[in-house]
Amino acid sequence: MADFLQTLMTALAIGSLYALIALGYTMVYGVLKFINFAHSDIVVLGAWLSYSFAIRALPLVGLDAHNPATPPPIWMTAGIFVAVLALCSLAGFLIERLAYRPLRRAPRLNVLITAIGVSLLLQNVGQLDFVFGASPQKMPALLPNWELLRIPFGQGESIRYVVLPLIDCIIFAVSGLLMLALELLIFRSKFGTALRAVSFNTDFAALMGIPVDRAISLTFMLGSALAGAAGFLYVLKFPSMNQPAHSVWVLLGLKAFVAAVVGGIGNVRGAVLGGFIIAFVEQFGAYYISSNYRDVYVFSLLILILLIKPTGLLGSPVREKV
Amino acid sequence: MPTCFATSDSESCISLARDKAPNCLTKSTISLRQFLRLSKVVGILLLAVTSLMSLGCQSRVASTDEIVIGHFGSITGSEATFGISTDRGIQLAIEEVNAAGGVNGKKVRLITYDDKGDPREAGSAVTRLVTRDQVTAVLGEVASGLSLAAAPICQENGVPMISPSSTNPKVTQVGDMIYRVCFIDPFQGSVCAKFARENEKIKATKAAILCDQTAPYSVGLQEEFEKAFIAGGGTIVSKQAYQAGDQDFSAQLTSIRASEPEVIFIPGYYTDVGNIALQAKKLGLKVPMLGGDGWDSAKLGQIAGDALNGCYYSNHYSHEDPSPRVQNFIKLYQGKYQETPDGLAALGYDAARILFSAMKTAPSLGGKDIAAELAKTTGFEGVTGVISMDANRNPVKPAVILEMKDGTPRYVATIAPGE
Repeated sequence: MADFLQTLMTALAIGSLYALIALGYTMVYGVLKFINFAHSDIVVLGAWLSYSFAIRALPLVGLDAHNPATPPPIWMTAGIFVAVLALCSLAGFLIERLAYRPLRRAPRLNVLITAIGVSLLLQNVGQLDFVFGASPQKMPALLPNWELLRIPFGQGESIRYVVLPLIDCIIFAVSGLLMLALELLIFRSKFGTALRAVSFNTDFAALMGIPVDRAISLTFMLGSALAGAAGFLYVLKFPSMNQPAHSVWVLLGLKAFVAAVVGGIGNVRGAVLGGFIIAFVEQFGAYYISSNYRDVYVFSLLILILLIKPTGLLGSPVREKV
Repeated sequence: MPTCFATSDSESCISLARDKAPNCLTKSTISLRQFLRLSKVVGILLLAVTSLMSLGCQSRVASTDEIVIGHFGSITGSEATFGISTDRGIQLAIEEVNAAGGVNGKKVRLITYDDKGDPREAGSAVTRLVTRDQVTAVLGEVASGLSLAAAPICQENGVPMISPSSTNPKVTQVGDMIYRVCFIDPFQGSVCAKFARENEKIKATKAAILCDQTAPYSVGLQEEFEKAFIAGGGTIVSKQAYQAGDQDFSAQLTSIRASEPEVIFIPGYYTDVGNIALQAKKLGLKVPMLGGDGWDSAKLGQIAGDALNGCYYSNHYSHEDPSPRVQNFIKLYQGKYQETPDGLAALGYDAARILFSAMKTAPSLGGKDIAAELAKTTGFEGVTGVISMDANRNPVKPAVILEMKDGTPRYVATIAPGE
């Protein structure tokens, strides 16, 4: 029982992170119908920017940058978070403007290859010495190391605790708020209407006077901000960070991409649902079956979904026009 | 008659022909110019290549009064401290031998390439060392997976390779050019199992294993530990796996917690071990953790801090060893780098020194001669113990067990082979 609940909590926290990243994949696909493979690198950018800001900001309040005894004041943590969001959305904007917009009328395959190229470029620039370097680092704690809950199960020797750390709650709350804000933005605002129009038919949207380029830029900025948030939360939960070009980051991005596909790529709610499903399958599979195959569960689920419902769980079937 | 040649049109016809002719001419002249330019470029390129080649020849000629040896290691990447420590150990040995007049009157020069902890990079680094730099011998790597990537290249090219600290048995099985100066996994695994079974503080009968399934080092150590632990009367209650670089170990640790082990064996590298220790503490896992020499890094203490208190790992040497051989080395190392050497620095130092001693007695500096001399090594007094090569090019030597206390490893016991 204790272990089941513990696994559930972990799955919820990790699912939120997958969902945040998956949203970026799904939004870009929804609007431009191509997969932005550089998206996972924005997550890495978010993670490493958080680290770079943290080690520079902590000495300002008299804390040891690499191993603070106490967490910094909450306004500083919030400030770092906002700065990471801003810079990541700027990066998303620049990538779209410089790499993808010139190819707006080019075949889809060219754009896909460019996306892979941008991803490789970012990875290799990231591990240069004067950028982030190629060594792993430890993210200093920006939040207090509290346990909100510690419920005992069983008695005596076999007593076990379900632990709910603060960081898991924060991940859940922050990502929940961001997703809610995105939902409102897409379905309740003028910009959202324009976005959905562009996603429905770019040319008609342009004819109706919708500034298509601006809508696409904003899509990229929003998706990248969410990815940056995911990177920030990720390194707060897992403070030992791998170097920017490590294959583990690519795998993280791939799993989020699988989440978007499983939920129905192009569908915002589907991405969130897919994120949680992937995390549950991964965590419970690793706990109840074997941890040797934790990636196998995720990718088998992908194959299963593609066989049964190729459009994903919430995706709508695409009618071929003749 | 075609309309074109009708008298009325003859003028336009002529003008057409005239228009065409100069066109043809300019075209041919351009291509001629292009050809000239091309041949110029080709000529310059050829000149550059030949001059570079002759330069290369010159450096090879010049290298008769110096010996070049190569080192490939993870100077950056997830296991960066491994490569840096080893490189510092090697450089210390080189400085020492050069100060004493070099090897048979020739100065030794080191070329170090960074493989970023990536097997593909390791392969290209070693290829560059043996083909372009024409090194006499190769030192490296720490991680067994990377040594396994590089060893066939050295074997094929007839360049002796000494791995300072790859403990997987397969490394030296590649061929008669490949040596090492560290003990091997079967021994290390059995040392850990023996310690877990017999140490007063642990006395475990139930062990859980958490292994990095992508590293030959980790898998090898896990197999040997399992064999020895079961042979010693214990049981393995849980076997979990992760992949190098994983961040989230909660599923594995929750599962291990449910199996109620008395000790957890984690034969991984320090970056992952640090993460595992932090998350294990959060889950309330209090049983001691045990590992191999992959834990040996000052970074481990920095990452995990007190989460590793009361955990043990086997290593090649302890800086608390009072023997003058060890203390002398530590004094030298601290004098140069202002820090206490870890086991990998000591092994790098030993690897370089054993190579120099083989070079001194070898009839020539050819790969075959040096390798033959290395095979004859007996009773070489290294910092990490007395080294004698067995028939499989592996030294037989004792291991030490260290305990983590607030981020620093402290000496606990020495376990010799066959005990």
